[in-house]
Amino acid sequence: MTLVALKPGYTGTVADSEDRFHGKRLIYLCWDYHLLFSAPLCIPLPPDLPFGALIDTVLPGAYGSHPDFAQIDWQKVQWFESGRPFTPDLSRSLADNGLVHKTVIRFRTPGLNGLQGSCS
Amino acid sequence: MSTTPTTAARPASRLGLKERYGMMTRDLGWETTYQSMDDVFPFDQFEGIKIHDWDKWEDPFRLTMEAYWKFQGEKEKKLYAIIDAFQQNNGQFNISDPRYLNTLKLFLTGVSPLEYAAHRGYAMAGRSFRGVGPRVACQMQSIDELRHAQTQFHTISHFNKYFHGLHDPQHMFDRVWYLSVPKSYFEDAMSAGPFEFVTAISFSFEYVLTNLLFMPFMSGAAYNGDMATVTFGFSAQSDESRHMTLGLEIVKFMLEQDPANVPIVQKWVDKWFWRGYRLLTLVSMMMDYMLPKRVMSWSEAWEMYFEKNGGALFEDLSRYGIRMPKYHEVAAKEKSRLSHEAWAVFNGYGHAADFNTWVPKPDEMAWLSEKYPETFDRLYRPRFEWLAEQEKRNGKMWRNPTLPMLCQTCQVPCLFTEPDDPTTICLRETSYHGMKYHFCSDGCKDIFEDEPEKYVQAWLPVHQIYQGNCFPEGADPTAPGFDPLAEVLKYYHMVPGADSGDFNTSPDRMNWERWTGQDLSDPAQPPEPAPKAA
Repeated sequence: MTLVALKPGYTGTVADSEDRFHGKRLIYLCWDYHLLFSAPLCIPLPPDLPFGALIDTVLPGAYGSHPDFAQIDWQKVQWFESGRPFTPDLSRSLADNGLVHKTVIRFRTPGLNGLQGSCS
Repeated sequence: MSTTPTTAARPASRLGLKERYGMMTRDLGWETTYQSMDDVFPFDQFEGIKIHDWDKWEDPFRLTMEAYWKFQGEKEKKLYAIIDAFQQNNGQFNISDPRYLNTLKLFLTGVSPLEYAAHRGYAMAGRSFRGVGPRVACQMQSIDELRHAQTQFHTISHFNKYFHGLHDPQHMFDRVWYLSVPKSYFEDAMSAGPFEFVTAISFSFEYVLTNLLFMPFMSGAAYNGDMATVTFGFSAQSDESRHMTLGLEIVKFMLEQDPANVPIVQKWVDKWFWRGYRLLTLVSMMMDYMLPKRVMSWSEAWEMYFEKNGGALFEDLSRYGIRMPKYHEVAAKEKSRLSHEAWAVFNGYGHAADFNTWVPKPDEMAWLSEKYPETFDRLYRPRFEWLAEQEKRNGKMWRNPTLPMLCQTCQVPCLFTEPDDPTTICLRETSYHGMKYHFCSDGCKDIFEDEPEKYVQAWLPVHQIYQGNCFPEGADPTAPGFDPLAEVLKYYHMVPGADSGDFNTSPDRMNWERWTGQDLSDPAQPPEPAPKAA
């Protein structure tokens, strides 16, 4: 049973389907151990955006104010998609990297553990 | 002309309390005959709760409507006399510190509209029950809740004459991002059946968690010199005890009527404990960060009011087969982090909240270290000290420029950390009809998975902003120079920097200093440069 309802077979309208975001899809980003950004971020992005452009043009605006950001060695970053490690192809688009609407991307930056190592 | 009869009939002796109660409540109902009872009361069966004898419902207060009006009228008279005196004596300037006002803003926009929602909810529940006892109890509570909403608006509206952010609570409640947390909580309950509604609100909220909402606000008001708020707290208190009794009564009634009701009630207790607890996140940060004079820490309050008192309650209910709510142990693990994680979110997004925000001062951080020796210095102090430094250096607070990810169920930003790891954000995910859904916790994920058709409809403010549904009428997002944040704040009816933003540069602070002659600059900090004379 998907809902205890008076009317059998009741269904609701899905509020956040991809077609409602003007050609973009929602991508959630979480920079692990950097809780100055106290919750993951939610960003609408074009599916054909190359993954490399996400790193070069989107992340600096979102995370650039953190003192650790400038020190990130992007070769060493560990990426996770829905909890599973994954290796993005930087030249290919988000869609071609398999990142569907409402994907969560977590990333870890080894050696950088936030303000005074506090994971902030 | 006098028509006094010479031999008056002897008046009937006054009815006793019990008889009067019987005639003025139970006797007001009847078995319908033109239409079947099932057609007249179509909503009290689909949830699966089986009631065999509605007359087994006990009314602990035996209050008739007649007596109810009299009591409430007396309370109103006292309340408004005190509010008048408060206003005439400029009581708004007797509060401890103008930062306290922000707890009132949180209360007025986050709690008072819930009182109004409860008024609607109990009116609907009362209409839905075919038993007269619960119907009358719901009717009284519905009127109580309307009275509470009204007295709160009246009391706090006095502050609105002097301070920002209090001018449009009901409008904000329906729109502002973080206020979707209390709004969705209540709408979840109201869109369920009547039995789930009363379990959610009367039992889980009023009985199990109410002390954690009203104690911090009302004691907080008393500690911080806000006698107006204390007075409406007192005026509501006797109602609250009646509501708590109703909460316990309704649960016992369901449990005693049929053993098949037990698992349904347990599921609701689990769900509404968790939803209520997530809602209290806002209270935790108020207690630890927003009250200038603190009553007790969130962690201490949780231990006293939930772990101790709640533990005894569930021990009592175990004879019916009811156990402690699922994930109560997660709440215990979170008690030393909840408020810090929440206030960090409001430090990050305070430019879009309907109250002013600030970084805790050094003496306040010392209090937090003392109350949270395991976590504060290690995990949170470096963050707040960095934020304080940024504010000092830039003359304004650091803000997070990107909107946060919200939990599909509780709608709180996913700010909570893993139950066993306070350094890693806790995320849970599921798929329904091919789309991903995300949650802050196992508790919220379980609630979704039990009734996904309900929660796929959630109006998540962040997603709604991105869909373009949170701009004022006529705004054109394709126009050059369109500023989405500015337009969203207009849609919220907020003036940036006054209703929202930094406390230290707020007009509330400036006005307070001007009106009271107090100097609010922190003595530990170098004084701000005085404006140069022309």
